[in-house]
Amino acid sequence: VTVHLSILLWLPLASAVVGLVLPDVIGRFAVLAGAIAALVVAVIVVARFDTHAQGLQFVTDRMWISELGVHYKLGVDGLNLFLILLTAVIFLAGILWASLREWRQSRLFFFWWGLAESAVLGALMAQDLALFVVFFDLMLVPFLFLAGGWGGPNRIAGILKLFIYTLVGSLLMLSAAIATGVLAPVEGIDFSLSTLSQAAPRLSSGTQEWIFLFFAAAFLVKMPAFPVHGWMPDGYKSMPLPVLAVFSAVLSKVAAYGFLRIVLPLYPDASAHFQDLMLLIALASILYGSAMAFTTTDARLILGYSSVAQLGFITLGIFSLRDAGAQGALLQAVNHGLVVAPAFLIVALLAARVGGSEDLRDMGGLAFRAPVLATLFLIVALANLAMPGSSNFVGEFYILLGTFQSKAAIAVVAFTGVALASVYTLRLFIRSMHNRVGPHAVSREISVADGLVLAPLVALIIAFALYPQIALSKGERSVTRSIAAARQAAEPAQEAAR
Amino acid sequence: MIVAAAKGPHIDWAGLSPLVALLGGATVVLLAGLLRPRWVREGVVPLLSAAAFAAAIGLGIWQLGERKDLVAGALRMDELTVVVSFVFCAGGIGAIALAWRSVAPREAAHGEFHALLLTSAAGMWVLVAANNLVTLFLGLELLSVPLYVLCATEMRRERSLESGLKYLIIGSVGSATLLYGLAFVYGATGTTDYAGIARAADGVVGDPLFLTGIALTVVGLAFKASVAPFHQWTPDVYQGAPTPVTAFMAVATKAAAFGVFLRFFDVALGPAQDEWAPALAVLAAITIVVGNVGAIGQTSLKRLMAWSSVAQAGYMLTGVVVGTKLGVSATVFYLGVYLFMNLAAFAVIVARERETGLGDDIASVQGLGATRPALALAMTLAMLGLAGIPATAGFIGKFYLIDAAVDGDYTWLGIVIVIGSMISLVYYLRVLAAMWMQGAPQTGEAVAVSAATGRPALAGGSAEADPELGRVQAEVWAVALLFGAATLVFGIIPSPLFDLATKAGAALTNLL
Repeated sequence: VTVHLSILLWLPLASAVVGLVLPDVIGRFAVLAGAIAALVVAVIVVARFDTHAQGLQFVTDRMWISELGVHYKLGVDGLNLFLILLTAVIFLAGILWASLREWRQSRLFFFWWGLAESAVLGALMAQDLALFVVFFDLMLVPFLFLAGGWGGPNRIAGILKLFIYTLVGSLLMLSAAIATGVLAPVEGIDFSLSTLSQAAPRLSSGTQEWIFLFFAAAFLVKMPAFPVHGWMPDGYKSMPLPVLAVFSAVLSKVAAYGFLRIVLPLYPDASAHFQDLMLLIALASILYGSAMAFTTTDARLILGYSSVAQLGFITLGIFSLRDAGAQGALLQAVNHGLVVAPAFLIVALLAARVGGSEDLRDMGGLAFRAPVLATLFLIVALANLAMPGSSNFVGEFYILLGTFQSKAAIAVVAFTGVALASVYTLRLFIRSMHNRVGPHAVSREISVADGLVLAPLVALIIAFALYPQIALSKGERSVTRSIAAARQAAEPAQEAAR
Repeated sequence: MIVAAAKGPHIDWAGLSPLVALLGGATVVLLAGLLRPRWVREGVVPLLSAAAFAAAIGLGIWQLGERKDLVAGALRMDELTVVVSFVFCAGGIGAIALAWRSVAPREAAHGEFHALLLTSAAGMWVLVAANNLVTLFLGLELLSVPLYVLCATEMRRERSLESGLKYLIIGSVGSATLLYGLAFVYGATGTTDYAGIARAADGVVGDPLFLTGIALTVVGLAFKASVAPFHQWTPDVYQGAPTPVTAFMAVATKAAAFGVFLRFFDVALGPAQDEWAPALAVLAAITIVVGNVGAIGQTSLKRLMAWSSVAQAGYMLTGVVVGTKLGVSATVFYLGVYLFMNLAAFAVIVARERETGLGDDIASVQGLGATRPALALAMTLAMLGLAGIPATAGFIGKFYLIDAAVDGDYTWLGIVIVIGSMISLVYYLRVLAAMWMQGAPQTGEAVAVSAATGRPALAGGSAEADPELGRVQAEVWAVALLFGAATLVFGIIPSPLFDLATKAGAALTNLL
């Protein structure tokens, strides 16, 4: 029996709609069941995935809007396989975590979760440029309502900032996507990526360049990367922590994925042209993110800025335009998602133990009576700082290897980012779990229910540390193909430079 | 006999039937309004006028696919006429539902109110079908004069009277400018017939007489379509007019104005496109920016919708500028989408006006997500649609317009549309934030604000005295939910709308 990706895509939303009409008490379980079912389907997809096959698998292709040449086309290959699995896992963890707690208007709250999962899965599986844009924009809407309805005290200012920043990027991307579809030399008009990957690289370099910049704006804002991260502090503070865990773990990955899926194959000349710029942005993100992460005392923002730095590494790997770098970037995308989600959930636990404050100065000594929590946190922390032996280490190693091959000087500076990561991660761990006991801190062990959410995530981190090659080998072919054209475009230029 | 030789033109009654339905309906409704029993005036009259609109739509469906000249070439019956008439007739039905139990028809007398509505719609039909400069002007006046009166139908409210007067004065200036422009065009080309003008246009492209004519025509039509910098009347008139009338003006007048824009510029002035398109493109860009920036600071929802309608006019102008079939289809598509989003929004505004006594202040929708989730959902879909967020029809509409812009070598205008949408997020999100993210205002505060909005006691303005206050009527719910749902459904399954829009575009056979 073939697996229909449409089932995976719409299961969460369908269950969310069902949950909306059920009574309050049961409603959340419908969404939970949907998330579990989606994870099961995602696991089946991964298990059935043929590593040696060329191109897309499990393809669904139907015409959606024939007048505009927009297809409803879904497919899986090495680029999105593990990101889909990651999405299913993280959403299930987030929904499970949230359903253990009370929320006002809870049916509506869980409805947005279901919509969010469907939208993210849609953006990851879409094989049509217009469909990708639709889901990419759509996935922001549920987070707008989740943050606005259930977030922190200054949420409205925060989400306005978040929404406007990201939608500015998204709308620029929309016009760039339409321009690609209309201007690309194809018969009629067709937005499917398979057609465009043949036609779009033949666009003139001037056209490619502005289109590239528009796409880059959308993706860099979403990540966020250094000069366009302005929404991040307020936006992150406006979200409830379980929502933020999913947002940070999954949405930024869609942006990184967008570079590999769309930008590099469709606009190879522009990608080569702007390679240096993108590498510098990545480097700036690493340094700025790290520096901010070890100066701020807000635990939430430490993780936020650490994400800026980590996404900087991922961008670095992608725009090294080398196989090793891009593969490392893809692996690191999965790793970062797996690490940052439990980290935010742990911050929620820490805050609950110091009277709601998320400030490091109010924490301390939380490990005393909570060995299990401390252990879980330590594993997450070590993975975040890319301890040798962790999968993050493998990812960062490949990224730096790729960068070293193409731009050695940038790789050297980027190495400092690895060192800085251990400084801010250990600082977060030590100042919250050890040191002097905070003024209102009460050390308390993690509850069994919360433990059952966190433990599988931590187990996955460990599993990935032992077998990083699972993700690497399945992604290899697709990554190589994705960067091939851009690499080719970049290399003559480098030869000439020598 | 000699008199018998003067033969009237052949009249194709089948083609004229939608117009006959509207005008006939107006007459019947006017007479029915004279009957004594209250239930006739308050129940039968609105039903009859809704039936007249429905008949016009039905006859339009019957005539869809026909392409013929009516009344000796004065009117053109084709898919563009029919599809645009669907938009304003549906808008008319929506406005009737919103007006059913409101103040305006009670004060202006039901028969008159509905007859004016139908006459105005008949004027729109003539305007969109006009194939001749004389019928164009005739249609425009037939559309406008009833609307001036309709704006002032809440006779005991100062703002309503002010709105009617303002609209009358500014509308007349617009009409006069247009007439002057049409005279120049006639002077330059020697004919009033669209086809004749198109034939003559090639020869007179550089003629200052002709160019002045085009410029003045643009200005005149820009007044009607609220295109900047001729939009200043829009916020005041929209705010002052009774809300159901505002809803009708927003969707129906816009549809008619763009119908005539499309036919006049893309058919009659098509050969001179190089002369007017760049200027019109600049106007569109200015309109987009001015409308969106103007909307940012508004606290009155009706004013906000007025500024937003200015901005949306700029988006739709893009389809006129490019002068291709794709452009025509995109504009017509957007008109349909615009109808859904606006009627849903105005229905919610009407519902809250009657329920809260806060008037159309943004405070009236605060906390709506908790108290009236269904209404809040309709408003949310409308706002997301107007902002162009995916999964709403507004997104597809914008997609189509940008597609047409890029295809017609106006990529920069497509980018201006995008920039406009970015600015628009600020105020559409404010409405969303008020509904879902803020608590309902205190009741004490509510009374105070209602006193401040100043509906005089004669009109039953205070919260206690107004019998309509405190409940949301079924028909208002129905309009909000129906059009909110349409915004969502056509955002996911847009094909039926595309079919109609492409047909409308294909009707202008001279275009690429």
